[in-house]
Amino acid sequence: MASEAHGAEEGGLVFHPMDQFIVKPLFGGDEIAWYTITNVTLWMALAVVAIIAMMVVGTSRRAMIPSRSQSIGELAYGFIYKMVEDVAGKDAVKFFPYIMTLFLFIVFANFLGLIPMSFTTTSHFAVTIALALLVFVTVTAVGFIKNGMSFLGLFWVSSAPLALRPILAIIELISYFVRPVSHSIRLAGNVMAGHAVIKVFAGFAALAVVSPVSILAITAMYGLEVLVAFIQAYVFTILTCVYLKDALHPSH
Amino acid sequence: MAKETTAAHGTEAAASAPGMPQLDFSNWGNQIFWLLVTLVVIYFVLSRIALPRIAAVLAERQGTITNDIAKAEELKAKAVEAEEAYNKALADARAEAQRIAAETKAEMQAELDAATAKADAEIAGKLAESEKAIAEIRANAVASVEAVAKDTAAELITALGGEADAKDVDAAVAARMKG
Repeated sequence: MASEAHGAEEGGLVFHPMDQFIVKPLFGGDEIAWYTITNVTLWMALAVVAIIAMMVVGTSRRAMIPSRSQSIGELAYGFIYKMVEDVAGKDAVKFFPYIMTLFLFIVFANFLGLIPMSFTTTSHFAVTIALALLVFVTVTAVGFIKNGMSFLGLFWVSSAPLALRPILAIIELISYFVRPVSHSIRLAGNVMAGHAVIKVFAGFAALAVVSPVSILAITAMYGLEVLVAFIQAYVFTILTCVYLKDALHPSH
Repeated sequence: MAKETTAAHGTEAAASAPGMPQLDFSNWGNQIFWLLVTLVVIYFVLSRIALPRIAAVLAERQGTITNDIAKAEELKAKAVEAEEAYNKALADARAEAQRIAAETKAEMQAELDAATAKADAEIAGKLAESEKAIAEIRANAVASVEAVAKDTAAELITALGGEADAKDVDAAVAARMKG
């Protein structure tokens, strides 16, 4: 993509599809230390504000007959609660606040990222890998705490022929450790690709001949991105539930 | 200026050199730090305030719905009961009314019969009296006629110059009156 942009630039078009992902300090200075307040901080804070608005302010009236904003909060609660219960089992309900936190953060980060000129925190591997590793470490820890060494039975497929079991165990082990990788790359990759493609189309809009097509394409991509923003949050959450189910009930 | 490298790197990377800001590891620590802060804040807000509140509201609503349905069923049972009581009362009242009507009718019939009998007896008594009076009157009349006839006959004989013999006159009048 970068070489493409490079080539096009020479022909008069300017493509900077990846500029939107640059992390910048908000209050001057160039160095980014671990505590520096950056656009990442700003957009994560906005996600927190949006979540508080929906889940706390929206439900503050505790109405028996819910208002619209309260309905949305209740809907989100019911959606994730049912997912945790159905996918991971009844004993996973105590992890519900944790999973709800992940879901709400990803869904709000994705949707806030769709505001033009905004910064999408979930398009960064640093963020998604941290999220995926959190899930991976938690799930593995829960697996060992709940089941002790019998958690390793997850890798020993007892329904397979004995000769195959060591090979399957290696495959299972690899797939287990690949989980956080796919878990994180899927989210960041989808979000980043969509945003970058929109930027590329936006670059083409500078040419008068193709600009109507380009604007149409941006509109279509935006619609798709709205879908992706929700679906990727959903996928991340449901995979977390699946992994949690493996940890709680490691038998195949 | 070593400080500029981080910020400048992104712009230059997109503009000239191939590279993704995502792979600029120098700011990963910053991102992960703020991510953890964000997650902790969201987790506490959710687990302390939002989720218990929504759970309470949902439970309360469920309870209210269950209560309302139970109440409605109770009321329905009561309504059925009331209808049964009403029907029973209606049937009772109807039976009572019929009984009273029959009783009244029988009483009235008895009174009527008694009155009729009394009236019949009175009428019969009056009739007998009247007949007796009529018979008396008739007997009196016959006796009077005989006396008048005898007197008249005796007067007639005397007027015609004869001597009226009481025995003959009586016999003659009796003979005439028989005929």
